[in-house]
Amino acid sequence: MRAAMNTKRNLVTAALVAPAAAWLTVFLVLPFIAMLVFAFGERAPEGGYQVAFTFAQFANLPTRAAAFWNTLLLAPTGALLCLIVAYPVAYYLAVKANPRYRLILVSLVVVPFWTSLLVRTYAWMYILGSRGIPNLLSMIGIEDVRMLNTPGAVLLGIVYGYLPLMIMPIYVSLERLDRRLLEASADLGAKPVSTFFGVTLPLSLPGVMTGVALVTILLLGEYLIPQLLGGGKVFFIGNALVDLFLQSRNWPFGSAIAVTLVAVVVVVLMVAMRIAWRVAGTRQVDLV
Amino acid sequence: MTSASTNDIEFRSVAKRYGSVTAVSDINLAVPQGAFVALLGPSGCGKTTCLRMIGGFEQPSEGMVYIGGQPMNGVPAYRRPVNMVFQQYALFPHLDVEQNVAYGLKQMRPRAATAEIVRRTQEALEMVRLGGFGKRRIHEMSGGQQQRVALARAIVNKPKVLLLDEPLAALDKKLRTAMQIELQSLQRELGITFLLVTHDQEEALSMSDLVCVMSTGRVVQMGPPQEIYDRPASLFVADFVGKTNRIAATIEPGAGSVRLANGVGLSKPARANGTVGAAMVAVRPEAISLVRNGTATLQGTVTHRMFLGSTVEYSVEVEGLGDFLVTADRRNESELAEPGERIGLNFDPNAMHVFPA
Repeated sequence: MRAAMNTKRNLVTAALVAPAAAWLTVFLVLPFIAMLVFAFGERAPEGGYQVAFTFAQFANLPTRAAAFWNTLLLAPTGALLCLIVAYPVAYYLAVKANPRYRLILVSLVVVPFWTSLLVRTYAWMYILGSRGIPNLLSMIGIEDVRMLNTPGAVLLGIVYGYLPLMIMPIYVSLERLDRRLLEASADLGAKPVSTFFGVTLPLSLPGVMTGVALVTILLLGEYLIPQLLGGGKVFFIGNALVDLFLQSRNWPFGSAIAVTLVAVVVVVLMVAMRIAWRVAGTRQVDLV
Repeated sequence: MTSASTNDIEFRSVAKRYGSVTAVSDINLAVPQGAFVALLGPSGCGKTTCLRMIGGFEQPSEGMVYIGGQPMNGVPAYRRPVNMVFQQYALFPHLDVEQNVAYGLKQMRPRAATAEIVRRTQEALEMVRLGGFGKRRIHEMSGGQQQRVALARAIVNKPKVLLLDEPLAALDKKLRTAMQIELQSLQRELGITFLLVTHDQEEALSMSDLVCVMSTGRVVQMGPPQEIYDRPASLFVADFVGKTNRIAATIEPGAGSVRLANGVGLSKPARANGTVGAAMVAVRPEAISLVRNGTATLQGTVTHRMFLGSTVEYSVEVEGLGDFLVTADRRNESELAEPGERIGLNFDPNAMHVFPA
């Protein structure tokens, strides 16, 4: 009787997990194994992969040092810039905004997602390009300003594109914050600034951590923004991968870079979680 | 005015409106220094609004609020010499017990020495008997323990007045009774004014020196617990504080006679004021005794019996007057009346409270 019930429960569990498990196996685990195999192989003379076991691809990594350097520098920087812009917005939405209009304001944050990021980033290409702001500046006598194809342009695109992803988790954690805790803090003599740093900020850290981790991880694999706003001068690992797989058809080297990127992401994530746990004490931190 | 200096809290013609909704109006209230005062009333009567105006979380729309003789209108919560024990405690979940209690001390300017903060934190924790719990996290504490942390956190700054917003509502009955006693002795030990908000009349009567009964945004009676119970100023107070039997009656002029709705005439109680005409008479259930034979003021039929251990509660239906609640002390009446039994009800006319209908 009990065994039968357990079997039934196990079947239900299996049925619930099966679709996700199948999806992940086919589209994540198997491709990743293929990449691991490719990474230790050789490029076939006509392009693609040929069987071998060599570390040559990994030894070759320094040739793409610039891509790694750009990615590992600009992704966290972009995430932090996002945080700096997003926190006040989230704070306003969750704490200061009139509750009557809050829902409308919050949905405005998501509105940009209704248009493709590609289209919106293209728009920035024109705004920053020679016929955009630099052209306007030249009218008032400021000549030869280059905006497009600089790290600044890429960072601007990153903040613009990823801001909603940072605002949302912070907004949620601030919105859940018990208002009476703020009253208790004031009651105990804390001025508004002390209340912010003593209560509001620490209690919104899980949202901050989630936002930073989410945006950083997505940025580590970013391709579109550096492609359009970095114009081949400021390129990420994602751009290097596209070149290797589609242009020079060097699958093994591309795989080695991709595998290295995954390893870096895992390490970054573990360090971030360690820090988050320390900051937030024993409380569970939901990182993505 | 000099009277403000002897009162820790004073309200003068205070009103609070939210848009078109009036939460409290024309509140005049004086809380003497060192007293344990309860604001008692049903939910929505404005008692919490009053407390929040003292704490500084709301500003009065009209009138003045004084703390220790100082006008407090416009003074923010963090500059007021009062501390509050919040409903559901509002403890900081990201801090441990010790850090919660020390929070107020760390806000002092100029900054207090670390040793001083540690000493006073420990002192406050000892006072609520949480000596060894300093390093615990809030979610590891039981409801009763969290209550004590909230108390320690609120008294550590030695406030002029401690505000308590339904502090015992979340505790079970046994713990609540224990905390009532503890709060009382804590108040005596500290010697500071306690202002408690509660909807539980038993809590208000048992703990406080003064009870302030509120209804629909107004103070309806303020006085010592016995006075509130024995001489309710209105039918509302009689009903809300303790249990009461309401009897429709007519007060006959001059003759000094109270004619109940079923025609029975009784002599007017000595303290009844000059009410004449339609009236409501209130009699406490314990003021009525049941008599089996002989003459009784009223006759009725027992409909329900509730055995409560030391006392027994009867519901007795009296023709023309409705149901009466009668509390019988078992020391006097060892034999229980049975439902269905015809029985006489007796009470001293002086036990009646007469209110204009």
